[in-house]
Amino acid sequence: MGQTAASSRQKRISLLRVLGPGHVWALGVGIVLVGEYMGWNFAVGKGGAIAALIACWFAGLLYTCVAIIDSEVTSTVAAAGGQYAQAKHIIGPLMAFNVGLFLVFAYTMLEAANAITLGHLVQTVGIMAGFENSSDKPFVVLTIMTLAWLNYRGVYTTLTFSLVITAIAFIAICVLFFAVQPWSGTYVHHDQLLTELPYGWLGVLAALHFGMWFYLGIEGTTQAAEEVRSPARALPLGTMTGIITLLIAATMTWYVCSGLMPWEYLGQSVTPLFDAARLTNSTVLMVLLFIGTIFSALASANCCINDASRAWFSMGRDHYLPQVFGAVHPKYRTPYRSIVFLVPVALVFAYFAPLDQVITFSILSGLLDYTFMAINVIMFRKKWPLGSIKRGYVYPFHPLPAIVLLILCAATYVAVFLGYGTQLIAMMVFYIVASLWFALHRYKFVRRGEQFTMPWPKPVGY
Amino acid sequence: MNTFELLEYAAWSLSAFLGLWMLVDMIRTDRSYEEDLLTSSKEGEIEKSPVVDPAPERDR
Repeated sequence: MGQTAASSRQKRISLLRVLGPGHVWALGVGIVLVGEYMGWNFAVGKGGAIAALIACWFAGLLYTCVAIIDSEVTSTVAAAGGQYAQAKHIIGPLMAFNVGLFLVFAYTMLEAANAITLGHLVQTVGIMAGFENSSDKPFVVLTIMTLAWLNYRGVYTTLTFSLVITAIAFIAICVLFFAVQPWSGTYVHHDQLLTELPYGWLGVLAALHFGMWFYLGIEGTTQAAEEVRSPARALPLGTMTGIITLLIAATMTWYVCSGLMPWEYLGQSVTPLFDAARLTNSTVLMVLLFIGTIFSALASANCCINDASRAWFSMGRDHYLPQVFGAVHPKYRTPYRSIVFLVPVALVFAYFAPLDQVITFSILSGLLDYTFMAINVIMFRKKWPLGSIKRGYVYPFHPLPAIVLLILCAATYVAVFLGYGTQLIAMMVFYIVASLWFALHRYKFVRRGEQFTMPWPKPVGY
Repeated sequence: MNTFELLEYAAWSLSAFLGLWMLVDMIRTDRSYEEDLLTSSKEGEIEKSPVVDPAPERDR
């Protein structure tokens, strides 16, 4: 028995390095693309189609800053947990704990929201088929359980599945764009449908909240850092091609929908891209965009489980949470206990919480994460200037993108506060209480020296 | 019972099966391997000799 224990200590099980840049792209775009299929159009309801376009550009700039900043830092801090690991190495434990919580809540809430959406879509099909008393709940639960099971069984199959369905959902948007013949004016009528700003510039500010839906979640690519074969190459490549894909998809989505529907209708639509397909009277397009809607929600929930479990796993491994969560499955090489633990959390939110509250909680957690990223990269460049450590990618024009990101985050806080002030304050209180618990109780369990794993020189000014 | 209700029962059953499958596998794995081995992963580690499917404790 003694020999067995000794041999166990020598062996290690780690996450499996099997992913390539395509999987990283799928992880980033897969989480987000559902925002093109539904949700972004509430920006239209807040301030009209032009306000939604301004919000789309504004959020596009915000997320381009996020993508390039993230690419530099994560190509150096290649660890599961993404921004959590970055915060731990660059700022400190309390910030890392908070960032870890931001990530887990942002992704778990988004997973719940996607499951609610899928359940709703199946229920709608049931009602349309004449089953008046059909329920969405069995399909909400089935979505979460199936995707959790897939994630439990291995990362390669999970993200290959995401890659395929995300690619189909993206191609569906491209097909719709070309099918409406933007060059001819046969289907799209921007000259008749576009109005001036119905609620003025206040409407533009209010639209910023929903403009984030075009891109929310692209930063999740960093969670794959310990499972890609070549982190320094695959992570920047996957993240940058991901944000480019989303910028193209967002532009096409806005163009098609705003050219086919009046803003008063578009601002209320549940599935704007599917509705746009219905307006073309093409059955093929309707089927394709319905499949795209289902696939985008599935891919998003799938990638959210992947990301939330990696963040939770990393915190467990560093003893920021009980160490049991830092376990890796010896056969499937996944953080299996973290995946299983987060299933009931997602189920509770999907089953009992209203969709808008769940999404708002997710967006606010994401926004806090982006604010951290701007501060983080400024400290990173100050403590480890260029040339002091090897970077897989160096983002341009430092510190301009970080400052722009901070300004854009501040403006978005104002926008969110206008619509969801109570939730913003409640969430800040939650994170303050969690921070107190960590500082006063949990931090004594953290192995302080062992958590810093990067082979870096001492920071400037240490 | 109509077709959609059958689908609903099928969804509940499949969900329960998948949930139980994960729980049973988790308990089996936890019993078969030492905790030190299961939690031996190190951050940022690039494996030189990957350990694939190590044998359970009872088989060694």
